[in-house]
Order: sequence, then C-alpha cells, then structure tokens
Amino acid sequence: MSTATDTDAQRRGKAPAGERVADWADGRLGIYSLARANMRKIFPDHWSFMLGEVALYSFIIIILTGVYLTLFFHPSMEEVVYHGPYVPMQGVRMSEAFASTLDISFEVRGGLLIRQIHHWAALVFLCAMFVHMMRVFFTGAFRKPREVNWLFGFLLFFLGMLTGFTGYSLPDDLLSGTGLRFIEGVFLSIPVVGTYISMFVFGGEFPGMDLIPRLYPVHVLLLPGIMLGLLVAHLILVFYHKHTQFPGAGKTNKNVVGMPLLPVYMAKAGGFFFLVFGVIAVISAIATINPIWTIGPYRPDQVSTGAQPDWYMGFAEGLVRVMPGWEINAWGHTLVLGVFIPIVAFPLVLFAIGFYPFIEGWITGDKREHHILDRPRNAPTRTAFGVAWLTAYFVMLVGGGNDLWATHFNLSINSITWFVRIGFFAGPVLAFIATKRICMGLQRRDKDKVLHGRETGIIKRLPHGEFVEVHAPLTQEQMHVLTQHEQPKAYELGPEVDENGVPRKVGASQKLRARLSKSYYGKDAFIPKPTSEEYKEITSGHGHH
Amino acid sequence: MSSHEISEAEEKLPEERAQGGATAVAEDPFADPGLPEHEHRQQDIDERAAQRSERTVALLFTVSMLATIAFIASYVALPVDKYIYVFPIGHISALNFALGVTLGIALFAIGAGAVHWARTLMSDVEVADERHAIEASPEVKAKVLEDFRTGAQESGFGRRKLARNTLFGALALVPLSGVVLLRDLGPLPGTKLRHTTWAKGKRLMNYNTMQPLRPEDISVGSLTFAMPEGMTEEDHDFQTEIAKAALMLVRLQPDNIKDKRELDWSHDGIVAFSKICTHVGCPINLYEQQTHHVLCPCHQSTFDLSDGGRVIFGPAGHALPQLRIKANDQGYLEAMGDFSEPVGPAYWERG
Repeated sequence: MSTATDTDAQRRGKAPAGERVADWADGRLGIYSLARANMRKIFPDHWSFMLGEVALYSFIIIILTGVYLTLFFHPSMEEVVYHGPYVPMQGVRMSEAFASTLDISFEVRGGLLIRQIHHWAALVFLCAMFVHMMRVFFTGAFRKPREVNWLFGFLLFFLGMLTGFTGYSLPDDLLSGTGLRFIEGVFLSIPVVGTYISMFVFGGEFPGMDLIPRLYPVHVLLLPGIMLGLLVAHLILVFYHKHTQFPGAGKTNKNVVGMPLLPVYMAKAGGFFFLVFGVIAVISAIATINPIWTIGPYRPDQVSTGAQPDWYMGFAEGLVRVMPGWEINAWGHTLVLGVFIPIVAFPLVLFAIGFYPFIEGWITGDKREHHILDRPRNAPTRTAFGVAWLTAYFVMLVGGGNDLWATHFNLSINSITWFVRIGFFAGPVLAFIATKRICMGLQRRDKDKVLHGRETGIIKRLPHGEFVEVHAPLTQEQMHVLTQHEQPKAYELGPEVDENGVPRKVGASQKLRARLSKSYYGKDAFIPKPTSEEYKEITSGHGHH
Repeated sequence: MSSHEISEAEEKLPEERAQGGATAVAEDPFADPGLPEHEHRQQDIDERAAQRSERTVALLFTVSMLATIAFIASYVALPVDKYIYVFPIGHISALNFALGVTLGIALFAIGAGAVHWARTLMSDVEVADERHAIEASPEVKAKVLEDFRTGAQESGFGRRKLARNTLFGALALVPLSGVVLLRDLGPLPGTKLRHTTWAKGKRLMNYNTMQPLRPEDISVGSLTFAMPEGMTEEDHDFQTEIAKAALMLVRLQPDNIKDKRELDWSHDGIVAFSKICTHVGCPINLYEQQTHHVLCPCHQSTFDLSDGGRVIFGPAGHALPQLRIKANDQGYLEAMGDFSEPVGPAYWERG
C-alpha cells in the first residue's frame, strides 16, 4: 500500500494533465475498470444497426429543442386577444398557450426553426423506433437473452406515442383541440367510471381551463423522465449483452466481430448524431410542419376538414373511424362499444407484438442464448406473423386517413371504410399465407444456390448443341451463411399412453404449444438444408445441370 | 481483448486476395471459413491518398465552421418578419430558411467529416471479442441462494407471520392516501352532461353576426350555425358551454321530413340539431344540400337531417339530438326548452 503511494507521489507532476485528471476520477469513480471493459468494446457493423441510433439521436434532439421551447411557451388556457405581428390573427381570442406558440413562431428569432425541429424530430423518432423494432423482430434479435430489452424498447415506442400526442396537443390549436375532444369521448366511453375520469382529467367539463397546464408537466417531465430511464436501461443492456451480428465468416454465437468503440464506432456513431441532426435541421428549414397559424385557435364548435393526427396515432384513429357505432342501452345505462372496443383494441394489437418474444420462447421452448441473427426466411412463421401484424397496422393506417384517400383518389369513403373493416381481418391472414410461401421459396432458392452455384447469366453451348447457363460455385463464406442456420425439431407431446398403456393427461396448453411448435418447426416451415453429402455428390458429378 | 490477432505480414493487398474458398472443399464444405483476411484500403498503403482523405475531412470541418458563422450572421442580419420566395418551396420566412440551412450544414458537415475520418483513416481491421454466458455459474448461484436463505431466516420473515401479514396490510393501505388526494382533480359528473345553456324562450343567435335569427334568414340548402342568446365569447365558461350548446339549422320542405317528431319540433321546415357529433364530440360542419345529410369531418359519421338526425354511416352510435324551436311573437326563432337528451358522445349514465 505504502509503496504504491510512494510511486504515485514520485510520478505526480510528471504525468500528462489528462492522465492526472483520469487518475483523480479513477480514485473516486473507478473509471479505469469501467474503461477496460468498454473502451475497446466491439460493435458489429450493418446498415440496419443504425436505425436504433436514429431513434436515439432524434430523442436527444427532441430533448434539446424541447428545453428551448419551454423557455417561451406558456401552458395556460387563459383567454387573451392577439395583438402580435401575425396580421390574420390580430384581434382573435385565443388561449395563452396558442398565443405563445404564435410568438415562438413569429417573434422569437429561430423559434420557428426550433419548434419545427422539435416536431420533425418527434416524427422521425417514432418512425425510427418503429423500423428499428421491425428490424429486431424479423431478424429474431429479441430472443434470449434480449427479451427484456425488447420490452424496454417496445415501452419506449408506446410511451413515445403518448408523449407525441400530449406534445402536439399543447399549442391548443383547432386541430389539437379536436384531438383532445376525441380523448374526452374516449374517456366517456369507459363503462361505469368514464364520466368521472373525464371530469377528473379535464378538471370539470370539456375543455375547461385545466387541461393544458396539466398536460404540460406530463409532456415535459413525467413521460420524458420515464422514457429517459428506459432508454438508459435499454442502452446498458445493449452494452451488457453485446450486439447481435449477422451470420458470416468467422462469426459465431460465442464471439462478436466488428470494430472497437474507440475509435471507429465512437467516430461513426458520434458523427452520425450530427448527420441526423443536420438532416432534420434542413428538413425543418424547408418543410413546414404543424402551421398552427393557419389552423387557428381551438373552439369546440369549430373544426376543419381533413383532420389528421400525427402518423403514429393513425392506427388508433383508423380503429375509431371504421368501428361500427355499436351502443347497448339497458337498465338506464349505455355501453359505448363503438368507441370502447377500438380503444381497447389499440393497445392490445400493439402489445401482441410487444409480448411476442415470450410467446415465441414458450412455443419453441428454446432456452439457449442467441447472438447470431436469423435471416427472416429461415423463420417463416415468425416472419409471416410479423408481416401479418404489419398488414393489420397499415390497413388501419388507411382507415385513419379514409377521408384523404377518398379525396385524393376519388374513391367512395364508404367503400374505403368497408375495405378496411374487412381488410383488418382478412389482410393479415392472406399476408401470413403469402409470406410463409415466399419464405419457403427463398429457402428453396438458397438450397439451389448452395448445391448448384450462382447463376452467372453466361450461356454456354455444349458440343452437342445444347445451351446451358453457367453456374459459378459460391465461396465458402457464402455457403456457410446459407447453411449455418438451425432447423430444430418441433415440440412433441410424446406418446398418448404411458408404458403401462394408461392414457396420459395432456393439458390443453401443451396441445396448443405442440400445434404452434409444428407451425414453427414442422415440415411446412423448413426446406431441409442441403447436406455436405448432397453437395459432394453434385459437385463431384458430371457437368452443371 | 481480441482473441483473433492478424499480423501485418499475413495481410494481403486486394488484388492478391485469393478467389473464394469453394475449391477447398474439406470434410464439411459449409464450414465456417473463419475471419477473412484484412484487405488494405488505398489509404493504408498510399500516404498521398491518406493525405487526400485528411484534407477532405478538414474541408468538411471547415465548411461546418463557416456555416456556423453564417448562422450567427443570418440571426443578426435578417429581420424576423422578412419573407422570401425560394423555388420550389414558395414564400417562406427568410430567417427560418437561413438558420435552418446553415445549422443543418454546420451539423451535417461535422458528421460527414467524422464518418469520413472513421472510414478512411482509422483502422478498419475487424476484431473478434468473446462472449460470455449471461447466466451465473452454478457455484455463484448456489452462493446467492444460500445468502438469501440466511438473510430470510435471520429476518424471521417466514416465521413471524403476524408481523409479516400486518406489514402487507399496511403497505397495501398506504397508497390509498395518494388515491384519495386525487379527488379534487375535478368535480363529480352529476348531471352536468345532461344540460346545456339552451332554455325555454332563448332566442337563436346567428353564430357569425350575433344577431337573433328570423325564419326568413334561413334559406333552403344552406347550413346555419347558432348559439343561445346571452352567450358571448368573452364569457369565462364560453368554451365549455359552446362545447355543448353549438347548434346547426337547415330548412327543409316540410313534406320532405320523414320523422314525425322532427316535423313537430321544427318551424316551417326549419330544423335545429346539435352540432356536436354523437360519436366523440367533433363539431359537424359538412352539409349535403340534395340529400340533407350532414357529415362529421373527424370520423365521417353521417346523419340524415330529414329523418330525425339518424346515423346512416360511420362510427356514431345514436342520432343527433334535436332542439325544439318556434318563432316567437316578434318573429324571432327561439328554443322551446333544452335538448331533451344529452348532446355529444354517449357515456355510461346516459341511458
């Protein structure tokens, strides 16, 4: 101990300043041990791994610009008469929230830019999370040990939608006020306690004077605070689990191949933050978003046509629009199914994909860690389920914009609504079947490629006059990639009777699991992989066809 | 750290790299060939190329600096209310355009410079790192379980059932205080949603002119909006009251009115319906003259005003409430009472 102190003392003054600062920090925070594990941490490279980064960076941009906006925004529903520089609104009564948003847009220099960056970044954030989630889903990156991290990511997406909604409600313009009125209708539709919830949330009857001041802390503190916590947990787990990688030469389930954090990944990822921020800044300079000055202040008796929520609420909007108006009146009470069913279906459909990792884990019974990503074709049932889910999602997005589809494509709004009503149920089924078949076709093509090589497009004439296409053999790496995946056996219930001939009891859940497992791992899910015997027989053979 | 080190001597230049490995069919033709050899980039072997890359990176960083200066210059120089024409965007705020573009370039150039630096000048040798199982080893697990057992035993949590159960009870009850505190978030609903400002004898005021409406003000084919007499925009509760009281009027040929009650409640073919959609409360504002259908622009619920405000399409669950009107002695339209049923979206107590 004392000798160590002596050497430290001898060195003091000689070490470079950076090292001395690091020494100071290490003595208190233990940063050297932290850096030893992480400074040269390996990150695999693939373009699709940047989707999550886009989400992360747009979240940071939203926080930065959001803090700026809080300096100027007044979250108040007190009525004022506008006397600012924007002529069309002069003399118009509006809430302070709306008036201060006009001030940010027309009087604060750069305020409009920051407002537009904030809103654009929010759209990019949700979009990036959605696409990132789909990347993780279709490549099976959510499998053990990453199920919990998938759940964190999913919650971020879900809370992101809520935060976005509360955010675009704050300016108290005609469009966002209409959205809040819709929320009132949703609260009212809740059986038994609906009117109470509505009164408590709005501080009385809609719209009241309390809502914007109440939404404000939810939007700037509560939801972002929870999201920041989830985000940090998400990133810690990414570090802890180490990133997944696509199959390739030298890549195994036991290693991670890529570039070290310092310097390459740090430079690329750090630089990418500036790329994302730069692109969003330019978009905000040239593309107007949410021009509340043309929409006008909110009045509950006014509305504009073509009212649309931000894109990520389009799915919920669609459910509400295409649902038939069922109301059950009995014993002096009303059950408003026409609003209540869609609003329950909205989170249920989302949570169907949110809990998917646990469902797949139960079906397959796979308890191993997976760090090599699946090619989507090699997991046909999962891929088909994902496409079916996406189909339902996008059909409802059409439903959410049924008025715009009608006006832009000269279609009947009634036909579109009926198309969506049927398509929401039929579309996923068709998509499931089609996707599964496409996956099987792609598996067949992989097998052909491995056994017969890649088509070169070169036509050769044989001595006896026959034309054949020359096939070039794949490299060993390519063959490895096309054959490295597993084709596990489906879970089986075992014999129906035990060794004494007595029928065994098999629970309904086990039967269901066996059926689903057959769908995942049965003979309809896999084209048997080419074996090396097959390969050797063909390549040692005679000619190419 | 790295388990796979590649010595400089083993590396090959791109053109020397062997074509594929398919010819080397060993025991298993599909075996993992292992990490490929590192390929040198031009910058790794040609210092002049590396210097060119460095100059490109420096140029990008310089562009960023210039853009930041331009940003500050535009902030100072451009007035906030100056509008310019920019092809093909149109007339836009000069300041917003200048600030956004310069900020965008300043940021993008930093990112582009950093990424170019990483791609061309930093080492691009791929290295492999080992993964370790997340699960703890059996020894660690056994130790943890043992520790837990000891701790639990020492606490007496399992043995002192009375203490434990009362603790559960206390912990379950204490959050109720928080719930109770939420009571004053708002008033109880009572019958608030059943009433509007409309009352017997209140005249119908034109929504735009704030003048009382006469039957002759309302022509066939037009949609007129009205609010109750005595209500002004300056009222403290105007927003809350208009959210329920908003009214729309159309004139039909009396023999076109299919619903008997609607005819009774009309005046000379003029019918007054709540403007608030019965779906989720958007104001209805689209009127089809020929069919007498009104459409809510939010979710496209369609109501037939010639048939008691019946829902004919869309997600609304019940007909629009009608307001009973008449012309008074002075010839103004007036309400004969409040709406007979709650306006707006349905709710549990509506019945």
